[in-house]
Amino acid sequence: MSEVLLKLEKLNVYYGAIHAVKGININVFKGEITTLIGANGAGKTSTLNSIMGLLKGIKGKIFYKSRDISHLRTDAIVKLGISLSPEGRRIFPNLTVDENLRMGAYFRKDINGIKSDRKWVLELFPVLKERLKQMGGTLSGGEQQMLAIGRALMANPDILMLDEPSLGLAPLIVKEVFDVIKKVKSEGKTVLLVEQNAAAALSIADHGYVLETGNIVLEGKGKELLANDEVRQAYLGITV
Amino acid sequence: MSSSNLIQDIINGLLLGGLYALIAIGYTMVYGILRLINFAHGDILMWGVYFALYAVVALSMPWWIAFVIGIALAGLLGFTVEKVAYKPLRSAPRISSLITAIGMSFFLESLAVVVWGGIPKSFNIYPKFFNRTLIFGHVRIQMLTFFILGVTFILLLAVLWLLYRTNTGTAMRAIATDIPTTSLMGANVNNIISLTFIIGSMLAATSGIMWAMRYPQVQPYMGFVPGMKAFIAAVIGGIGSVPGALVGGFLLGMTEIIVVGLFPNLAGYRDAFAYVILIVLLMFRPTGIFRVYSEQKV
Repeated sequence: MSEVLLKLEKLNVYYGAIHAVKGININVFKGEITTLIGANGAGKTSTLNSIMGLLKGIKGKIFYKSRDISHLRTDAIVKLGISLSPEGRRIFPNLTVDENLRMGAYFRKDINGIKSDRKWVLELFPVLKERLKQMGGTLSGGEQQMLAIGRALMANPDILMLDEPSLGLAPLIVKEVFDVIKKVKSEGKTVLLVEQNAAAALSIADHGYVLETGNIVLEGKGKELLANDEVRQAYLGITV
Repeated sequence: MSSSNLIQDIINGLLLGGLYALIAIGYTMVYGILRLINFAHGDILMWGVYFALYAVVALSMPWWIAFVIGIALAGLLGFTVEKVAYKPLRSAPRISSLITAIGMSFFLESLAVVVWGGIPKSFNIYPKFFNRTLIFGHVRIQMLTFFILGVTFILLLAVLWLLYRTNTGTAMRAIATDIPTTSLMGANVNNIISLTFIIGSMLAATSGIMWAMRYPQVQPYMGFVPGMKAFIAAVIGGIGSVPGALVGGFLLGMTEIIVVGLFPNLAGYRDAFAYVILIVLLMFRPTGIFRVYSEQKV
């Protein structure tokens, strides 16, 4: 088995009195797509946000390349090679598409690397190429999602984390987005994918975790979970 | 009004408007990022003027070095005010930082009375050639006017260049809509906010020094009127928008001068015009002239 790139050890997230994530352990293997599925409020977004250092009330350890990053500031974590396409896309509406992409590479100094990544992102999402001078706020939902992923890729991350990239998108666009996630993996990048769309996520994932009210209730290979009766009943709406 | 008077008024209007605009940029940038009205902004301006004055009076520096030092120290003061007073309150309710800003304003004014004394001082530290008057037909223009207009336009262009042509500026515009997402870009949010305060304070101090060259009296409350007018200019332009602050500043300065030019007997009500413009504009356009994206703010 390949190397563990990101490891969550007994991660707890508290929002005041609410215990949102209850001591979960997760391993993300290098070069794989790992997915975290679960219903609303299961703690998926909290998990991603705590990896990025965006939350205050967390306990537990987060190891990236065997180094505990749980106390680092967000920008330092990004610089180490983790980037997030956040829930709700969070495009900068007052910046052009081009400026949004440039913000993704904000901390980088390797001008040539930025150039080639920009070219790659525009190949992955050709629609963005036609919109470069347009304000981010004027894009459609699908285009904004593509821009959010493209912006996260501009950081040239080792791990790309995606929070509900399929949310609110037409099925055709969802397929396009998931095809891109596979292409990102084929470039050697590691992906941590959070999804409510369990079927789509598990079908491309190497490894999956099922999160329920802050606990991991199931874990296994993507294909195994896809065939699992409990998963099929609870998340895929299939009666067994 | 004769045409030469009109030209004279336009030049004076541009000059006053530019001074407002330089101050208004600080208000609008800080508001854009933190949704905070930095009431201490005008007082930082006043401190900058005192720093420049005392660099000449007490340390006998050349005037232009003193100006640079005054501006730089005002930047440092703005930086410190943010770190000490506003940063600890960043996630507190907005009313807390608002009250803190008002308190900071009183504090800086009172401290100035203690440190520099309450008696107005004359700001006659710049060379006399600025007072030389050039005569074009019936239009008389002081050298000082050219100096102020020149410095103002260079600085306004520099700010626009920074905001719209550099990475740092892009981050400053990004952070105004979404602080956490800006940090997800690997940007150090605290540094960008500090930089905003430094730039805003330095621009205000530059404006304050030029203000003092034109109305050469320095006293601890001298920041209040320009600060208030510039705040109005920022609101007129659409607070949070830098181009709005520029337009608002020039609109306000121009109107003040032109109305007084047209109706000289209204000169005593000059300061009231600012409020009249503000009230009338806000009735028809409550967000100011430039609309600012704010729906993403959580």
